[in-house]
Amino acid sequence: MSSLLKITDLHVSVADTPILKGVNMEIRQGEIHALMGPNGSGKSTLAYALSGHPNYSITGGSIEIDGVNITEQEADERARLGLFLAFQYPVVIPGVKVADFIRHAVSNIRDPDRKEGEGLIGMREFRTEIKARMEELGMDLEFARRYLNDGFSGGEKKRMEILQMAMLQPKFAILDETDSGLDSDAVRVVSEGLAKLSGPDMGVLIITHHERLLEFNPPQYTHVMLGGRIVETGDAALAHDLHANGYATVRERHPEAAADNARAEEAAAV
Amino acid sequence: MTVTIDIDRIGFSAEVFEEFLTTRSEPSWITDARRAAFAKYEELLGAELDPEEFKRIDLRIFNAAKFRPLTADSDASSVSTLLAGETEYGGSIRHVDGTTTHENVCEDMTAKGVLFGDLQTLLTENRELLEPYFLKQAVRPDADRFSAWHAAFWTSGTLLYVPQGVEVDLPLHSLIAHTADGVADFGHTLIIVEDEAKATLLEETTSANEDQSGLHVGCVELIVGKYANLRYVQLQNWNQKTWHFAHQAGNVASEGSLQWTVVGLGSKLSHIHQDVNLNGRAATAEVNGVTFASDRQKISYYTQQHHKAQGTHSDLLYKEVLRDDSRVIWRGMIKVDAAAQQTDGYQRSDALMLSSDARCDSIPGLEIEADDVRCTHGATTGRVDEEQIFYAESRGISEKEAMHMIVEGFFQQVYDRIPIEIVRDTLSRTVQGKLGIESMTAV
Ligand SMILES: Nc1ncnc2c1ncn2[C@@H]1O[C@H](COP(=O)(O)OP(=O)(O)OP(=O)(O)O)[C@@H](O)[C@H]1O
Ligand SMILES: [Mg+2]
Repeated sequence: MSSLLKITDLHVSVADTPILKGVNMEIRQGEIHALMGPNGSGKSTLAYALSGHPNYSITGGSIEIDGVNITEQEADERARLGLFLAFQYPVVIPGVKVADFIRHAVSNIRDPDRKEGEGLIGMREFRTEIKARMEELGMDLEFARRYLNDGFSGGEKKRMEILQMAMLQPKFAILDETDSGLDSDAVRVVSEGLAKLSGPDMGVLIITHHERLLEFNPPQYTHVMLGGRIVETGDAALAHDLHANGYATVRERHPEAAADNARAEEAAAV
Repeated sequence: MTVTIDIDRIGFSAEVFEEFLTTRSEPSWITDARRAAFAKYEELLGAELDPEEFKRIDLRIFNAAKFRPLTADSDASSVSTLLAGETEYGGSIRHVDGTTTHENVCEDMTAKGVLFGDLQTLLTENRELLEPYFLKQAVRPDADRFSAWHAAFWTSGTLLYVPQGVEVDLPLHSLIAHTADGVADFGHTLIIVEDEAKATLLEETTSANEDQSGLHVGCVELIVGKYANLRYVQLQNWNQKTWHFAHQAGNVASEGSLQWTVVGLGSKLSHIHQDVNLNGRAATAEVNGVTFASDRQKISYYTQQHHKAQGTHSDLLYKEVLRDDSRVIWRGMIKVDAAAQQTDGYQRSDALMLSSDARCDSIPGLEIEADDVRCTHGATTGRVDEEQIFYAESRGISEKEAMHMIVEGFFQQVYDRIPIEIVRDTLSRTVQGKLGIESMTAV
């Protein structure tokens, strides 16, 4: 049976400021969901909260995978359960080689009980695998020896996120604006890469402001976030409509959430 | 106000010195030099230490009377080493509690005129060749009380002499060990690489067990000739009950190059005075520091890169990781003489704090008298970035493992400058050991 990621009435605060005000969503393995919404509406906040970022405190509601509440779990435990976040702003870790980092990650994800110092996935097996994935993503093998995201261009960082997703084969992947900051060739590579990786075994939540990624990976569901709430859910046509016409009509239909969003944006601008 | 100096607490008395002399059988020129140094030592004990160098180091709890040079033979069997056996060496030497217990050198090196072995024996046998170097050019006995103390009491030591034009390809290994409680050792390392010669020496210090206390008042002298090349590594890995004081200096002649790596992992308190003197035109020196302090350790460095000639180049990078209640002090100075035009001098110290109770003082400094120079200096102190931890965690890596990877990555930037693979590997393994990682396979 396919796994289910279930988000129920999720409330999230950052530094005591409520950001998410009751989010509901159900993602099954094999489904593609698009999450859209204007700047500051709370999309990244949802992504971080799902992944277990310590600064995003869950003040109400729950996150479950197949009925198991993971709200209290640490980020690494959630990852071992099959959650993956492709960061909007990937982090640089100087001095840590890409290959070394991913090898540790893969070892932990595939052997969720692994403790530090215990065996890693075999070197030869790992090399063959990462080489194949890098070739598929059109990445120079040299990247495996570089330090993680250190001196990478914006596009290279995003590709590195997809490479990690490909290696970790999560049950649920959240892609936070993985298509932004990429040139059109790179968007195609990433979009095709995702299309190849997603399938019956992966549930995907795509956060995006663009259309290309969704063209290659048409969503069954499109959610619109405004002022920390999901105000509308539709199909691929809704995503298309928002791209074409913007959020004005959504704001009109949900004045209260729109006001919240405006306040949040104002506060962020100060 | 009168200051009374309690010699018994901060130093060794004349009786201790005379008794020490009776245990040495050495030529009178050596004994005479010791006597002169001891007189200097008594004088300097009464003098204030340079506050620039010592004001951050609290020596009040240091009680020299608890330590004595050892005369009885020691049991070397319990000594462990990090570097021996890790690669093929051209020769190795071992000093235990101030006595040389083992030395060997491969024959084709001796055939080329290379001298490697126990300092006292080789000094005695080759006075004319070596006397002009020993405690005369790089480190001077009258520098301060520690150098004078060392010059009066130096015990065993490692000598490496490489004649002109001889390239020693295999590295050499030197081990300084403590096995007895309360031992004071005054190990000396003297390396002379003549013009166009080349050598690598890897040295380590170790304690046989965690509980014994010890004192090391050491000295390292590195003499690099014209167009010569020396790579020297000292891996200080005493237990945490050992006091470590050392004067270390390298002199580089014209077009010569020195690559020097200083590693500080052990000791209760250590203070190293490290001088790099670029004496000849276009001399270069690269200095690397790897320090990992934990518990209540205090590790202090006073480094000087002194550019005395035109077109010289120095580049110092120290990296320090601090945990628990430890303290690290780095006071660095680049000096450029008026004659040293077209000089490049760089120095940088980066500290990574793993605990809010640790403390690090990094103070870079420049003294430049020439006008056509490029010098930069900098020091950073930072904590482990929470976003880095979260990023790693979101990939299934535990917080602790992430922290360890970040620490290793931090040191990696110095490892990248060390061209000797076994040193990189040993450092990485030793740091992992100190981090508490049982075994980890590196990529
Ligand atoms: N770490 C933080 N500290 C303070 N405020 C934050 C933090 N993270 C998010 N917020 C606030 O929460 C609100 C939602 O931000 P979030 O980043 O989730 O928006 P978003 O929908 O991802 O926007 P964008 O499309 O610009 O990426 C904003 O008002 C933002 O300023
Ligand atoms: Mg965002």
